[in-house]
Amino acid sequence: MPTSLTVNGTTHEVELPEDVPLLWVLRDALSLTGTKYGCGVAACGACTVQIDGEAVRSCQVPLADVWGEVTTIEGLGTPDALHPLQQAWIDAQVAQCGYCQSGQIMQAAALLAQTPAPSDAEIDEAMAGNLCRCGTYPRIRAAIRAAAETREG
Amino acid sequence: MASIGKIARRTFLFGAVAVAGGAAFGAWYVSRPLANPLRPGDGESAMNPFVVIGPEGVTLIAPRAEMGQGVQTTWAALLAEELDVAWEDVTVRHGPPAEAYYNAALGAEAVTGGAYDSSGLARNFAELVGKAGRFFDLQITGGSTSMRDGFERLRVTGAATREALKQVAADRLGVDVARLTTEAGQVHGPDGTALPYADLAAEAVGVETPEIVLRDRSEWRYLGRSMPRIDVPTKSTGTAIYAGDVRLEGMRFAAVRRAPHRGTMHDFDSREAERMPGVEKIVDLGDGIAVIATNTWLAQRAAEAVEIRWRGDLSYPASTEAMFAAIEAGFDEDVNSTLRDDGDADTPRDMTEVTAEYRAPFLAHATMEPMTATALIDAAGLKIWAGVQAPLFTARACAEAAGVPDGRVTLTTTLMGGGFGRRGEFDFAVIATRIARAVPGTPVQVTWSREEDMTHDFYRPGMIARLRGGVSDGRAVLFDASVSAPSVTRQVMRRWLGMAPGGADSIVVEGLAGQPYAIPNYRVRGHVAPLDPPLGYWRSVGHSHNSFAHEGFLDEMALAAGADPLDFRMALTRDEWEPAYGVLEAVREMSNWDGDRPEGTGRGVALVHSYGTPVAVVIEVVAREGRVALTRAHIAADPGVALDPRNIEAQLTGGLTYGLSAAIGEEITFERGIVQQRNFPDYEPLRITQMPEVSVRILERQARIGGIGEVAVPPAAPALANALFDLTGTRARELPLRRQFDFVV
Repeated sequence: MPTSLTVNGTTHEVELPEDVPLLWVLRDALSLTGTKYGCGVAACGACTVQIDGEAVRSCQVPLADVWGEVTTIEGLGTPDALHPLQQAWIDAQVAQCGYCQSGQIMQAAALLAQTPAPSDAEIDEAMAGNLCRCGTYPRIRAAIRAAAETREG
Repeated sequence: MASIGKIARRTFLFGAVAVAGGAAFGAWYVSRPLANPLRPGDGESAMNPFVVIGPEGVTLIAPRAEMGQGVQTTWAALLAEELDVAWEDVTVRHGPPAEAYYNAALGAEAVTGGAYDSSGLARNFAELVGKAGRFFDLQITGGSTSMRDGFERLRVTGAATREALKQVAADRLGVDVARLTTEAGQVHGPDGTALPYADLAAEAVGVETPEIVLRDRSEWRYLGRSMPRIDVPTKSTGTAIYAGDVRLEGMRFAAVRRAPHRGTMHDFDSREAERMPGVEKIVDLGDGIAVIATNTWLAQRAAEAVEIRWRGDLSYPASTEAMFAAIEAGFDEDVNSTLRDDGDADTPRDMTEVTAEYRAPFLAHATMEPMTATALIDAAGLKIWAGVQAPLFTARACAEAAGVPDGRVTLTTTLMGGGFGRRGEFDFAVIATRIARAVPGTPVQVTWSREEDMTHDFYRPGMIARLRGGVSDGRAVLFDASVSAPSVTRQVMRRWLGMAPGGADSIVVEGLAGQPYAIPNYRVRGHVAPLDPPLGYWRSVGHSHNSFAHEGFLDEMALAAGADPLDFRMALTRDEWEPAYGVLEAVREMSNWDGDRPEGTGRGVALVHSYGTPVAVVIEVVAREGRVALTRAHIAADPGVALDPRNIEAQLTGGLTYGLSAAIGEEITFERGIVQQRNFPDYEPLRITQMPEVSVRILERQARIGGIGEVAVPPAAPALANALFDLTGTRARELPLRRQFDFVV
């Protein structure tokens, strides 16, 4: 029996076993490949999406347990209609290899939604679960600060 | 001793175009015109292997792997600078595997050799290039060469293309070519007529142009400035395409499970796996199995459910302990290289002697994107999509695995989720090819689980360095190092070229040899340890471990000399190589080295010269509730020409982070031949909470352009270890440092 799933405002009927993690539903069934696989054990944050605005590791949420509307990086903004945080990411030239950045941005977006003006310590704490092997951490901090200031301003 | 040689200016041939340039490689290699591999579409013209001009604009083939270092952006700037097109109008593609895309900078060092700054990677190519004539096989991204390769080559390409277009315009307008100007993709005649490049391109293919003089730096519009990276918008919106993002009609998804000890298997029982949802086929790989399914996770889960009996065939020592015993035994082998031998290291002299032994562990690359490739075999041949640093070797190996001729392989190089040397290997592409062969006509995407990726890497080798130093009157008078490590080069060359170079393996000693210090008695000897576990190039290669030994031990010598560690290094570099002195001077100022500092602060310095660029790093640490926190890092580097300062800052920061991550927490260990670390919880990289504030200064005082992508990795570990000594009085001679120190997590 198909499972109903709403992603970025569109409802899909998914024909997959209910224990398939959301990550692999998004990537392989819906071809929403912006969300990345990094570890499969919630240790790297590359698969971060939002469910009802909360940042979650999509590799750990079985299809059957998706409790709300899913937002992925593709739903946050597009190259032609950027979310302010994506604009901040581009302005700060954060990405190197870029593979972790979808997850970083989705995590940061959830942070700013809850804490519009985070302290440096709050930024580090919120982003601690998102690994980057290229060493973009200083620019991630800078982009989040800049996005917060833009909202404030 | 050897010194940085002056580069002979000479004329060399570029395709059919004679060019006055400063490239150091022999004209005898490049005088052979190479076939243009490009097949332009309707209305397009392939001007040469790098430039396609069509009605939609200019496409640059940048055949170096874009794995995060920004090569596509700066190569576009190099081309646009001379071609006179707007930089933002240049589309960049990886292009096909082809001899035309050999890495001239790797080849140049290989051919000219000699200078003490040439990297071990290049030195090792020298033999292969010289004896085997494999110069044009080097379509490789590595050795921090992309800018050194492209700096002249792409500007020459741009200028030659521009001049050919002008020649056609001159003929068409009936005016002297000297009266024409070019701007924004158009040739302008003296009367104001504007001819778009696209209207001239077809006729300009193959037009011979006069000797070209490259523009002076004072005329640069793009180079030397921070350009917005071409790949950043897609990478910020989830629309960048990596190998795992390729989606094809009818595509299936596969998982692999291969022998954890890198041997083979007796047999397997897949009855349960075959009944699992989504599973379509189990493939026998000989050294493991693959599951083809409708979904990657269903394939992964079924792969775990296959019962496999592995053989006990092990081709290397079974445990970490046994590996290091073999590395120790390397010191009993003949000396493989003595690449530095200044003065006389053996004569007894009046000095204070210091000795120490340093060790570094095996390491994984752990790219964020696990190894992934997509393959399709049908009547037309093999199509493969993968992110690789050596496309030509990859295409050939996949052709063999597919059983098709080289000419029937189409390799599409995608963006890479990190490379760090791992994607110079083609194992994952070959495995995808073998899996695709089991389902002809069906494209298969093969994504390694993190566990497969970590346990089937080609590792940075462990090493042991034994050091003896002497100081007298506050100065270093002796530095005598012996290092033992297994040979990465012999193994990688076997995979790449089917042959291993004999002779000196300079990668074993790089980072110990080739450092810009004037120590009168200076000897570095290398031993190739007798073990052959899976090894590969890892960002900064030999420097990544040897610099830890060199710069940690130099601090021990400074201590014995009663000297400040920064003063000690500045005195040793001042007359040896000014750019090295310059970067030390810079970090002295940046870190306020001579100012007051708060109680409970430690700081350490390291200087490493690698890939033609000297880099100095100062790291500051503090004790925080019984744990060590890194507060600040200062990096000064002198690449001679800073083509894109903001991107260089990113690369230096990233290199330092990669080095710190390994130094603090990373280690690969073996038991029964099986790697014990399977995923990030066991192999914990640096997180944002551990990241210091970083400041970067870029100097341009040396005469030639140096590398950037790897150069900040090597000084990270010794600068941190030296800071920890300053803070705690405990000297770290082994990595990772978490064995001895508690770090903030």
